[in-house]
Amino acid sequence: VVSLPFAVGQCGNQVGCRFWDLALREHAAVNKKGIYDEALSSFFRNVDTRSGDNGPDIYKGKICSLKARALLIDMEEGVVNEILQGPLRDVFDSKQLITDVSGSGNNWAVGHKIYGCQYRENIVEKLRKTAEHCDCLQCFFIIHSMGGGTGSGLGTFVLNLLEEEFPEVYRFVTSVYPSGEDDVITSPYNSVLAMKELNEHADCVLPIENESLFEIVNKIHQMINSGKLGSTVKQNSLVTWSAGSAKTLPEKPFDAMNNIIANLLLNLTSSARFEGSLNMDLNEISMNLVPFPRLHYLVSSLTPLYTLADVNVPSRRLDQMFSDAFSRDHQLIQADPKHSLYLACALLVRGNVQVSDLRRNIERLKPSLHFVSWNQEGWKTGLCSVPPVGHSHSLLALANNTCVKPTFIELKDRFMKLYKKKAHLHHYLQIDGMEQSCFSEAIASLSDLIEEYNELDATKGGPRIDPSRLKIAV
Amino acid sequence: MSIVTVQLGQCGNQIGHEVFSALYSDIRGTHGLCSKNENQSYQDSCKERFFCEEESAVPVARAVLVDMEPKVISQALSMAASSGHWRYSSHSHFCQKQGSGNNWANGYCVHGPRHKEAIMNLVQKEAERCDRLGGFFTIMSMAGGTGSGLGAFVTQCLRDAFPTSFILNHIIWPYGTGEVIVQNYNSVLTLSHLYHSSDALLVHENDVIHKICAQLMNIKQISFRDVNQVIAHQLGSVFQPTHPAGGGSGYSRNPLGDLMETLVPHPEFRMLGLRNIPQMPESSLPYSTFSWPGLLKHLRQMLIANAQMEEGIDWQVRPPQPGSSIPSTNKPLHFNTSIANLLILRGKDVHSVDLGSFQDPSLYTSWLNPQDAFNAWKTPRAFNKYEKSAALVSNSQFLLKPLDSIVGKAWNMFASKAYLHQYTKFGIQEEDFLDCFTTLEQVISSYTNL
Repeated sequence: VVSLPFAVGQCGNQVGCRFWDLALREHAAVNKKGIYDEALSSFFRNVDTRSGDNGPDIYKGKICSLKARALLIDMEEGVVNEILQGPLRDVFDSKQLITDVSGSGNNWAVGHKIYGCQYRENIVEKLRKTAEHCDCLQCFFIIHSMGGGTGSGLGTFVLNLLEEEFPEVYRFVTSVYPSGEDDVITSPYNSVLAMKELNEHADCVLPIENESLFEIVNKIHQMINSGKLGSTVKQNSLVTWSAGSAKTLPEKPFDAMNNIIANLLLNLTSSARFEGSLNMDLNEISMNLVPFPRLHYLVSSLTPLYTLADVNVPSRRLDQMFSDAFSRDHQLIQADPKHSLYLACALLVRGNVQVSDLRRNIERLKPSLHFVSWNQEGWKTGLCSVPPVGHSHSLLALANNTCVKPTFIELKDRFMKLYKKKAHLHHYLQIDGMEQSCFSEAIASLSDLIEEYNELDATKGGPRIDPSRLKIAV
Repeated sequence: MSIVTVQLGQCGNQIGHEVFSALYSDIRGTHGLCSKNENQSYQDSCKERFFCEEESAVPVARAVLVDMEPKVISQALSMAASSGHWRYSSHSHFCQKQGSGNNWANGYCVHGPRHKEAIMNLVQKEAERCDRLGGFFTIMSMAGGTGSGLGAFVTQCLRDAFPTSFILNHIIWPYGTGEVIVQNYNSVLTLSHLYHSSDALLVHENDVIHKICAQLMNIKQISFRDVNQVIAHQLGSVFQPTHPAGGGSGYSRNPLGDLMETLVPHPEFRMLGLRNIPQMPESSLPYSTFSWPGLLKHLRQMLIANAQMEEGIDWQVRPPQPGSSIPSTNKPLHFNTSIANLLILRGKDVHSVDLGSFQDPSLYTSWLNPQDAFNAWKTPRAFNKYEKSAALVSNSQFLLKPLDSIVGKAWNMFASKAYLHQYTKFGIQEEDFLDCFTTLEQVISSYTNL
């Protein structure tokens, strides 16, 4: 079963690069025999390069040359070029890249309308070629940021395209939302315009905020440098650690933060790739976590952030992992799910964890969490036997929770601040295909979404009245 | 007669593998505690029922493995093969790649019709390998998408293709608190559909087995494998050969037929629960002694008080006094009324057991004679290292509360229309849901008014 990541824009490609690096590391740790197996085929093709780069795919047997199933799209060349010159250069070939030179100027309209139009054919063709090599394509991942021009505009254009061309394949989007202090002034415009597309065309969105990633990185730095526990931390277990190249080259500034997102994606797909006693595929995530089509924003958290070197992990530590998954400072957006309303929650556990550990912790944590009245037992669980590198176990929690609301409300406020003054609007409106209505529709879409969350929040803590059952004549 | 097992979905395939392992390990074992002839007869009967013998090769399980993703079947095949004692046929499985996404509608409306021919071909081939086909045993969970949805579809196909064969569905009821969020919808859809095409539904609840693992088996970190092994033990205690009720020297030739005949007198009442005694860690067996009166006393009270295992039984619960004219609706609410019970006894001194307590008319509804409502099968051949063991298969109010709970939760979710779009997009509409709810409310009402 194949998942196909698309990295769009600068942020998307920087994260993408980390993702491929860590994916190779993960598979190398598990796959000792060098045989190309089902797990590898999720993300990689096996190409016979003895006769050159365009060799045929090898479906079984020894690994020859692994090529990532991916599309890398950027309207500037900088990031993609760096990838092609770096240690991952053999993992991609030119048929997977779509680049231009001048960038999108942090303008959603340029990315969506101009480049979208211009590159549509090209993207569709490369998409079809990539899909042809896939035995069974289950899911597309789009990795992008919301605040810029390419990731945001062209990224959401691609989202639309995927829905048109491959309506049955799930569309998961990992979106990095801009912070309040974002240095791109028009990021609220770009984000809200992109949100409308996500509302309408994505199956699931995993919002990420840089502040949260930054805080996690800091937390780890402090812990390492504190001297107390620092020396016993297993370096390769850090959720922020880069494989391979980290030792020789200085880390790029966002690498640590991007590694977290890369690990998120690896954990999300782990149960589809590796075996376990209770498998959880991506289509199951969409099925269980999206009770109403537009409410598909999932707050994610990853634990543990690191492992200590001692091998024997008493179950107390295991339970701590579950507790941490619900704590404010492990969430990848600025949100506190514990104090908001859960619509649904998924727990994907990896490693040496059994169903009784899972049950014990759900029972323990349930009383302190608020679930919507029609989903009081709204837990979806998965057990994957293979832990991430450097860990004996790990947990990914995905919450469909009203705690996303503040993020959206703030976004709306920032948008309105600019929009009321019509600041920078002309940069957008002068683009062919853009009209004022694009903006009003986009903000309406966001407002409606916020209102849906408000209605749900209003039910929180209210009296529980179960609907009366069907009566049967005796 | 042979039974063809159809393993559906992850749960069905994981359990199926444990069942065949348990069956085979039992017959290989030397703890039969009976005569050599008896033991030989038992082995032959079991092999005929569940395995196909090939010359000079290990026996092949009479099974068809179906799943919509490949990993679990792959594991089951390789684990069986590596045991060296039995294996699955390499041509008896069907799988796809992408799974059913926990979506009953996807399993039933999409995968079912799409793969019907391929799956039924495998079933047909397996059926043809049997000298005499005794019926089908399907194993599935009702919480997910494949076992439940595709399982319901396949059961219907079995009914259509083999109208005179017996079909017993073994269904796993999920933990009350989420394995799958939409499990209650999937359960309602599965049970209502199976009620129309299956002969009987034999149920295991994860919560119950989990308790057995924790309290009786003393397992600290309980895995699904542990749960599945307890289930396999319980199923083995029912399906391993026994002498038929009327006595007679040979082992029963028609186990599924006999089961249906004794336990399902009326089509409205098809839900069967299973209790097994004793259950303990293998390491404790050498230090334990059992007496039939003791075992049966506990088992009877487990039946009456609807206890899930031999610890924590409520001994206060009593059947209503005979002779007093209390209409059935006044029976104490926590007393478990039975329609029919089947006791399966294995091991030492089986034939001297006094079963009078199970023939007490106050245990049963008034519309069957206790002689018809109660049956016992026995064999002196001990099962799975237990010197004495008893299994009770019961058509009673055992499952009333759990069923009611599942329907209640599903209805609560349905009223808010949550997740319905996921089903409608694959072809199950709101009206279909309503039909299913109606069917199950009818079943609940029937069992309540026993």
